[in-house]
Parts: sequence; structure tokens; C-alpha cells
Amino acid sequence: MSKAASRSKRGLGGWGLIAVPYFWLLIFFLAPFLIVFKISLSQVAVAIPPYFPTFDLYEGWQAFREGLSELSLENYVWLTEDALYWKSYVSSVYIAAVSTLITLLIGYPIAYGMARSPEAWRPTLLMLVILPFWTSFLIRVYAWIGILKNEGLLNQFLMMLGLIDEPLVILNTNVAVYIGIVYSYLPFLVLPLYASLEKLDGSLLEAAEDLGCPPWKAFWKITVPLSLPGVIAGCFLVFIPAVGEFVIPDLLGGSETLMIGKTLWVEFFNNRDWPVSSAVAVILLLILVIPIVLFQNQQQKMAEKNQ
Amino acid sequence: MAKKTIGPERRDLVPLEDPEQKQFIEFRNVTKKFFDFVSVNYLSLKIYKREFFALLGGSGCGNTTLMRMLAGFETPTSGEIFLDGQDLSGIPPFRRPSNMMFQSYALFPHMSVAKNIAFGLEQDNLPKSEIDDRVAEMLRLTKLEQFAKRKPHQLSGGQRQRVALARSLAKRPKVLLLDEPLGALDRKLREETQFELMALQEDLKMTFLIVTHDQEEAMTVADRIAVMDRGELVQVATPSEIYEAPNSRFVADFIGDVNLIEAKVLEKADNGTRMQAIVGDFAIDTEQTTAASVGDTVWYAIRPEKVRIAQGQPEGSVTNQIGGIVWDIAYLGDVSIFHAKVGKDDHDILRATKANISRMVENPITWDENVVLTFDRDAGVILTG
Repeated sequence: MSKAASRSKRGLGGWGLIAVPYFWLLIFFLAPFLIVFKISLSQVAVAIPPYFPTFDLYEGWQAFREGLSELSLENYVWLTEDALYWKSYVSSVYIAAVSTLITLLIGYPIAYGMARSPEAWRPTLLMLVILPFWTSFLIRVYAWIGILKNEGLLNQFLMMLGLIDEPLVILNTNVAVYIGIVYSYLPFLVLPLYASLEKLDGSLLEAAEDLGCPPWKAFWKITVPLSLPGVIAGCFLVFIPAVGEFVIPDLLGGSETLMIGKTLWVEFFNNRDWPVSSAVAVILLLILVIPIVLFQNQQQKMAEKNQ
Repeated sequence: MAKKTIGPERRDLVPLEDPEQKQFIEFRNVTKKFFDFVSVNYLSLKIYKREFFALLGGSGCGNTTLMRMLAGFETPTSGEIFLDGQDLSGIPPFRRPSNMMFQSYALFPHMSVAKNIAFGLEQDNLPKSEIDDRVAEMLRLTKLEQFAKRKPHQLSGGQRQRVALARSLAKRPKVLLLDEPLGALDRKLREETQFELMALQEDLKMTFLIVTHDQEEAMTVADRIAVMDRGELVQVATPSEIYEAPNSRFVADFIGDVNLIEAKVLEKADNGTRMQAIVGDFAIDTEQTTAASVGDTVWYAIRPEKVRIAQGQPEGSVTNQIGGIVWDIAYLGDVSIFHAKVGKDDHDILRATKANISRMVENPITWDENVVLTFDRDAGVILTG
């Protein structure tokens, strides 16, 4: 059946059903985004709200057109002029990428172990992975301060074992940020990965072995390629929020930690420069969305080629 | 008169009774326990080269476990397995010279048909040209040439089955293990494929070992069948022997349809045995001798197609004759099955089948009609177990 034919057969009920998620996206994603985008084109002002121009429907068409003419890309130009911004972007992407890689290295064995465990254990193990969500994210990040600080649990433990003589300086460094991100986002990687590994038919590995492939090689030739969708989904779920992460670098990181979320926060609250911080947010969104769209296009083309 | 035998013999196969013929696969006192469950119980079995051998049994009888131990996926709790003179214990599956075709086919979903077939060959680090040649040969053998580039999910069930077969044959294993290979196919395709498998096995001159629960499949493809029950071999013989000379009530009942008549031994002679049926009250005269003593209770197993059914007294002399009333008739097209009540109880039924050799019958046998059931002296088997 052609696309057009299937479309014409879709009744009013069908359209209504599809309209719900679109409506949701419109209200809670597109509309806020347009507001932020508009602010990013405005100029900073000492006013409430702290930018200019503002649109007021009561002022009529003329005022609206005048307002439009005041909008400019000035803030975006500014972002290219001050090195702080692009350095923040690069540093954020770098920290997020490294954290994602570490999370994958830790998460894959966990997900693999869960998927290979006896069936009766799996719900319990799954529960244990989700369990941290029962505590507030903020509290869990705070708890890491208690663990990582100079006189914290980790240093006390290592000194008790005699492995170190002086406390390690971890808190307020990038290392603490990595620890925080990896810890916080691990479940987001484990869950989709577990889902794809659990579906994997065990007889495929037996077949590979039967055909002369040792188990470690079968892992690379069969398990890894077949779990790739789970790996990609999990990595996206870690990487995307990690790039824009604010709480973790703010609480665990130090002055050297440069992340865009922090820059944005400073711009917004300390400098009260809403237009520039909006521009920062829009660029951040583009940095994240464009590669994903390109990737999805690529995947689609591959899938179509296979058909 | 020529000497009577049970079934034809495959001429190209070295007679299995030949003491010179060396066993190719041997299970020696093999036991496999899963916790408390004994899956295979102290089993010994020899399979010869170029045999098509079937392990037949219902679910949980241990035939799959036996095959998986040969492939190396299960380790015997005790006992040894030999393949071509080599003790297989401690050898991992990827070093064993056998290949298996899985019940689920276990095709690699991310690889094309050609890649699936090449997988085993690539593990042996064969030169690329040789791999390509062998893959092409396998594609030709299984008539899959035009599907070489497809992924498994783009194939029909029958095509997938052929890919699985091609993949397991590509390495030219010493023995091909087939685990319920045709279970997922519909009846027509299954029957066709059975004959293809037999032709393939003869062409390639390989040893095939098949696990199945389908007795018709086993009888069609196999040179010899091992009937298994609860981890033990009940009977190992050719299909015709299994059918015509079962060694126990289990085998007689498991393979095909059978009347099992409980009887008392009346008289023993050199040329036969006379018995008295316990229900139905009729005498049975057979040419078979038995180890049971006079007065013992035995079972007389007779296949329905070997019982003749007629409306009146048959002409000529008859050794075994029973009167009955037609209780039920099942018309199957090619044959009709008659259930004749021969005793006082409603369950005292003797089944007889009759080939429908003409389309129209004058005065057909009908319900509640008095009939005479007859059978020859060599029609059935005396069973003591």
C-alpha cells in the first residue's frame, strides 16, 4: 500500500490519536523553544523582564512590527567573539563524551551480567538498577561530596588500607565531575542495553561456537553487533543530558570545570543577561539535535537499503 | 517360497551387523543429570559411518540432551563420547568436528545469507577464494543462489531452513546434527524436505544424526532409529524392524497404531504359541515362540492394517478369527478404521483398517453390524515387557 493510500484511509479518530503527542510537543517543546529563541534575538535591558523588546498584544500591529525590527543576531555574534563560550561548548562535549565512554565501559558488563543471569534473578537486579531513582538526584549528588572530600569516606577508607598517606584531592576537580556523571547516568545506559541484550537468542552464540568460533570472539561477532541499538540508545541517554549538565559540575566540579550549563547559569542569574543565555541555550540545542538528526537519517537510509 | 524378511535393505550401506564395521560415534555409559533430574541414564550407543540415524522420543526423553552432549553444549555427568576414534571429553564445541542445525535455525540476523554460510569457514581462516567457492557451492546445493544477499528476516520459513542447513554443511563436518530440523515447516514442505535431506545425505556421503519427536519423520529419513524414553534407549533398529518387531509395549504403542491384547499363554510349541485373550475370550495362534511360560500373561501386539474385517465367514481356512460388532468407523479417505467391540465392555475394542480400494462399495460395513475379524499367524508380536 502506498503512503497516500494509507493516509486517506486514516479516519478522524486516527488523526485525533496522532494529534495528542503533536499537541503535547507543540505546547511543551516548540512554544517554549520559540520563546527562548525570541529572547535570544533581544537585547538586555534593566527592566522586568530584563530584555527588550517585549511584545504586548494590546499595543497593536504597529508596535509588533517595530518590535520585530529591533530583533537581531547580535547575541550570536557575541558568542563567537568571546572564547569563553566555545571553550565551554567544547569542554562540555568533551566531558560528556568521556563520561559516556566510561559509563559504557561500566554499564555494558552490568547489563550483560544481568541479561545472562538466571531468569528468576532478573527482576530483582532490574529493581536494584532503578533503586537509586527512589532518592532525589540532588541528594545523591550531595552525598558524593561527603564521599569525595578530603576528609570524606573514600579518603578515610584508602588511608585506613594504607594505600595513601595523604588524602587525594578529588572534590572540586573534573575527576569528581566524571564520577558524578557516570554514577548518575549509569541506569540510563544499563536499562536500554539490558533490554537489547536480554532479547538476544542464546542459540545464536551456541551456533557461532558450533561453527568454530571461540566464545570471546563470538561476543564481538554476535553479541556486540546485535546489542548496538541498545548501546546507541543508552549512549544518547547519557551524552545528551550530560552535555547540558549543571548540578553535577556546580556541586562536584571546581573553578577549572568549564561546562556550558554552568556558563549559562552564570549568564542568567549572575549577569542577568537573559538574551545571551538564551542564545547559549539555542546553540546547545543545535549542537545536540543536528548530529542526532544526521545519525537518524543515516540509520534510515541503511534500513531502506536493507529492505 | 522365498524367505520372508522385514522390509528392504539399503544396498549401499554396509550391513550394520558386519562386525568389521567400525563405530563412528560411540556413547559409552553416558549419564547426564540436571540437579536431581536424570536426563540421560547410563546410555551406550554406537552409530556407524554414513548412517542416517534418528534419536526418536517425546519431550524430556533425553534425545536432545544426548545430541547436545555430542555437540559439546552439555557435559556428561559421567561416561564418554567418541567421534571417529577421538574422545570428545574436554573438547569445547568450537573445536569439535561436528556441526549442528538448530531447531530455531539460529541464523545470525545481522548477516546476509552468504555471510551466514561463510561464518564457519571464516573461523578456519581459509583463503577468501576458497570460502567464496564453498559458499557458492552451498547456495547451489540448497537452491538459494538468488537470496545470497538477503538478510534472514527477508526470507520465508522454508528458505531460512535451507540457509541453516547450508551453514551447517559448509564446513563438511564429520557428522551433521539435526535438532528437530523440520519442526517449523508445514506438513507438505516438511515431507518434501525429508526426501531432500535423504538425497543430500546420500550425495554427500556424510553421517547424519537427527533428533525428532515425529515418528513418521524418523521412519522416512533414517536408516536406523533409536527409540528413547526417560533417558534410556528402548529399541535401536531399522524403521521396519521398529514397526514390525517392536520389543516392548512402549515402542509398539509409540510408533504407529496398535492393538495391544492381554493374553494368557496356553500352549508352547517349536513352531509357535497358542494364547487365550483375557478380554474378548478368543484364542490367538502365532508362529512366534516366547520365553514366557504356560499360564503367564503376555501382550499380543497387532497392527490394525493386519486385521482383516469382513461381514461374513471368510472363505478358506483361517487361524485366528474373532466375532465382533462395529462400534465406530473413522473414514480417512485412503483407509477406514473400524472399531469392533469384541468383549463385554465398551472398551474391549479391536481396531482394523481397510484400504478403500474402490470408490463405491456394495453393502458397506456399517455401524452395529456383526463382523468377523481375522488375522494370520505371523501378523502380530508377543510382548512380555
